[in-house]
This record gives sequence, structure tokens and C-alpha cells, in this order.
Amino acid sequence: MSLNTQQPGTAADPGTRPGTAAVPRARKNSFSALLNRTPRLRLAALLTAPAGWLILVYIAALAALLITALWTVDTFTGKVSTTWTFANVIQVLTDPVYQIITLRTIWIALAVTIIDAVIAVPIAFFIAKVATAHWQKILVIAVLMPLWASYLVKAYAWRTVLASGGLLEWMGAPLGVASPGYSETAVILTLAYIWLPYMILPIHAGFEKVPNSLLEASSDLGAKPLKTMRLVMLPILVPSIIAGTIFTFSLSLGDYITAQIVGGTTQMLGTVVYANVGAANNLPFASAVSLIPIVIIMVYLFVVRRTGALNNL
Amino acid sequence: MRLSKSAKSILGVITGLVLLFIYAPLLLVVVNSFNSDKTFGWPPKGFTLEWWGRAFESEGVRSALVTSLWVAVVSTIISLVLGTLLALALQRYKFFGREAVNLLVILPIALPGIVTGIALNNMFTTILGVPLSMWTVVIAHATFCMVTVFNNVIARLRRVNSRLEEASADLGAGVFTTFRLVTFPQLRSALLAGGLLAFALSFDEIIVTTFTIGAGDTTLPIWILQNLFRPNQAPVVNVVAVVLIVVSIVPIYLAQRLSEDSVGVRRPAKVAA
Repeated sequence: MSLNTQQPGTAADPGTRPGTAAVPRARKNSFSALLNRTPRLRLAALLTAPAGWLILVYIAALAALLITALWTVDTFTGKVSTTWTFANVIQVLTDPVYQIITLRTIWIALAVTIIDAVIAVPIAFFIAKVATAHWQKILVIAVLMPLWASYLVKAYAWRTVLASGGLLEWMGAPLGVASPGYSETAVILTLAYIWLPYMILPIHAGFEKVPNSLLEASSDLGAKPLKTMRLVMLPILVPSIIAGTIFTFSLSLGDYITAQIVGGTTQMLGTVVYANVGAANNLPFASAVSLIPIVIIMVYLFVVRRTGALNNL
Repeated sequence: MRLSKSAKSILGVITGLVLLFIYAPLLLVVVNSFNSDKTFGWPPKGFTLEWWGRAFESEGVRSALVTSLWVAVVSTIISLVLGTLLALALQRYKFFGREAVNLLVILPIALPGIVTGIALNNMFTTILGVPLSMWTVVIAHATFCMVTVFNNVIARLRRVNSRLEEASADLGAGVFTTFRLVTFPQLRSALLAGGLLAFALSFDEIIVTTFTIGAGDTTLPIWILQNLFRPNQAPVVNVVAVVLIVVSIVPIYLAQRLSEDSVGVRRPAKVAA
């Protein structure tokens, strides 16, 4: 390539113009020179540590989880014994107790997902297409900040809201609405609350991708707003909505802390996993139970991958 | 599409109400940390600073705070290094398995925390026989915090001109000199934003932490969970919860300001980028 002495116009930040720094002469660094000559080696140097970390720590751990599910616990020593058996997996799949818990968990995750989608679409639409540019920025930050606030604190906040004598009871009293107390409804409500920003943001980004000219064309051709929404926006939005549902569904599926804090006696799959890691000290069984959310999420991801939703994550 | 004025204002009101719904419970915790009534009924009965004083005096809270800070700082440093390397590799090179690596970095946050938690717990205790400690927490946190740095850095790399690096190389700078003088200055604010997000993410994480922390160690979220069901501790729990809210929201706000157009969202990451 030719030497380009001009400062490229696209330099991101004029304050840090690298051209103004005195570039020292290349030192006689043979390793640096070697890297310079061989892009493959450069790539390997960049990739080894992070990819190695992810594979050695994360993928290895997931693989080990799969294997452990096929082991068992020695009833005398309480230690994991490497005897191969399908007993755990079979028990998880056939025992009515776990079937009910699985179905309840899926139901909770579905309810949370639907509630969030219904709330998120109008909000995201308002932020992306109705609010002025100035307000858009403010509203996006307003949605974003609580997304990062501690999950635990949010669940705890709802414990306070739902408590007897709490905010919800006080607000509901004049309307004759009772607080659901600590129950399955409370779990759904709280999880819908916690994961709502995760649904709003992808849908908001989806609305941003719909060009205004398209909406104007639709309206010029005589479509009413609802018709434009259904025929023009919705098809473009589907991948974004699905991206949102991946978060709300998958995150709800693995929950146990919210169930513990506001669920009263409600048991979810996560509750069983947690109990078997801690009190019951049966890691193989916990692993077998944790395979259920993994499989459900994998199947869901597999089903929706054709919609292009995964590129919207 | 022309919306009527009333349709617009209805949407505006809905948005306002939902934001109220999002913020009200968090504000309630803040209000309760100053509520003199120990049952925390609504409306609050009186104002007190006693709970804040008790929280500052509590040995358990202070040591949990130190643990949380230590874990968050160390995981952030590891995430910064690994996330930057990964972003450089994926943005600057085309290679076989690039998509797979891309998926790999998102996986730890796409799967529910309990899966990550039990998988790592099982690997440390059953397979490797490593006792759980603060270091196992750091390893777990760095694994899922990496993605925030990765997202911020890769979004920045897409926008900066890679010709500057070529020019630097043509002018005789070595690989490391080019990184130090050309690439790094362009990445600085993205690294700061990604690092702040990683810090916030690690600081208030609870699920993976529960599964990977040693018996003797306590982070602030673990402390909350341990004391949540003790009525006697409820006032102090409120204070610690407020600390968690502030410590996680302030870095988000700063990160947002630093990367206006490349929002480093944790999960809907690329969405806003």
C-alpha cells in the first residue's frame, strides 16, 4: 500500500490524533518483527488466551455437567462416585414431582415472556418513533439503567412491595384489589418486572430499523396506523421480539432466587438444582435437573434461528 | 404513518406509567433505608439515619463490601485483557470458526445463571477437586464479564480506521508500538465503558457467585441473601440494597455517557450498538 501522509478524515477522536505522537523507530524486537510478518501468528497470539479461557473454563464445565449427570452419589460417603447410570435422568423425566415443577417453570417463563412483550411493544414504539430525539436519548437511558441494577435488589424490592402492609396493598385497598402476597403470581409479576428492560431494548432497536419513509408510504397508500403496524412493522419486528423473548424466557427458566424471595412455597427447576447442590449434596442429580432448562433453551434457539433473531441478540 | 394527537399522548402516558412501574420498587427501597418504622409498611412513618449508621458499623457488611470490590476489580481486569484480545481477533481477522467463537463469548450470559453456576461448581469441586474460594468466583465472573468489554471494544473497532494501523506499520512501528500509540488511544473510552459495565455486572451478581464462592467468603449480594429472612437485619439489608443500586447504576450512567452510540448492554448487546 502507498504511504498515505494525510490524516484520514474518519479519525474517531481528533484529540488523540496518533499522527501527532512521535513514532519511535522500530526497535530490534525480533518477536514483534515476526508477528509483523505473519498475520496468522498475530491472530493466534490474540485468540489463544480468550478462546482458551472460554473453552477450558466454560465449555469444559458444560461438558463435565453432562457427564456428571450420568454419575451417582455414594450413599455412605456422600461423595460423587463415577458409576455410570441413567437413573438421575430417568428420575427427572418420569417422576411426577419433577414433571410438575418443569411444567410450572415453563408456564412461569411463558407468562413472563408474554407480559413483557405486551408491555414492551408500545413503549419501544413510543421511544423509537414518537418521542423527539432529545427525549429518545433520555428514555433509552431511563430503561437501560435499571436493567443493570442488581437482580437481587429488584427481587428484594418486590418483596417489600408485596409485603403485607406494603405498597401494593396500600395502593390496591381503594380499588378492592388484594396483594398476591408471596406466591406463584408474585414470582411471575416480579420476574416480568426484572426482565422487562431486556425486552424493551431489542424491540426498540427493531423499531429504529424500520425506515420512516416506509411508514409514510404505507400511510400515503391509505393504510390506517394499526394496519401499517400489522403489515409493515410487525414483519420487520419479529426477529427483535424473538430476541427479547430469548432473554425473558431463558432467564426466567433458570430462576430460583426470585422464587425463594417472593414465591412463598413455589418451587421452580432452579430451586431443585440449588437444593441438590447445597442441602441434599447430590451434584449428579442437580446436573441432571439443570439439563432440562439447557435442552429447552437449545431447542428454542434452534427453532428461532431461522428468523434471524440470533443476530439481534 | 400519521398518529393522531390523542394516540401519541396515550402512548406517552403508557411509557410514563411503565417507567414509574420500573422505578417505583427501587425508590421504595431507597425510601425504606431512611424509614424509622421497622416493619416498613407504606406510607413510611418517619425519617431516620440510624440504619445507615448501623450498616457502616457492621463488621459483616464492611468485610462483604471489601470482598465484593476485590472480586469486581480483579474480574474486571481479567475481562479487559481477554475481551480486548478477542475483539481484536474477531474484528481484524477472518478465520475458520469465527462465528463459533462469537457465539462462545455470548453463551455464558445467554444461558441462565444457574446453569453457569452449577457447571462451574461441578467442575471445580467434582472434576478438579479445587476448593471454592474468592478465586473461583473471579474465574466465574471474568467468564461472563468478558462479553461487556468485548462488545464495547468491537463496536469501537468497527468505527475506527484500520488504515492508521497499517500506516503505523509502514512507518516502521512494531506490533506492540502500534498498539500502544495508535490502537490503544482510540480504544481508551470504549475500554473504560466496557470495564465499568464489567465492574457493575460482577459487583451485584448473585446466582453464579452463590455456586462458586467458598464457605467463609461473603460478597454484598450474598450478605443480603443471608440476612434477608432475618427480620432483625431488615433495616440494614435495605441500606446494603441501596448501596448495590448506586454502585451498579452510577457506572452504567458513566459508561453510557462514554459510549453514546455503542451502548454496552449486557444481553441485548449488539442491539444498541
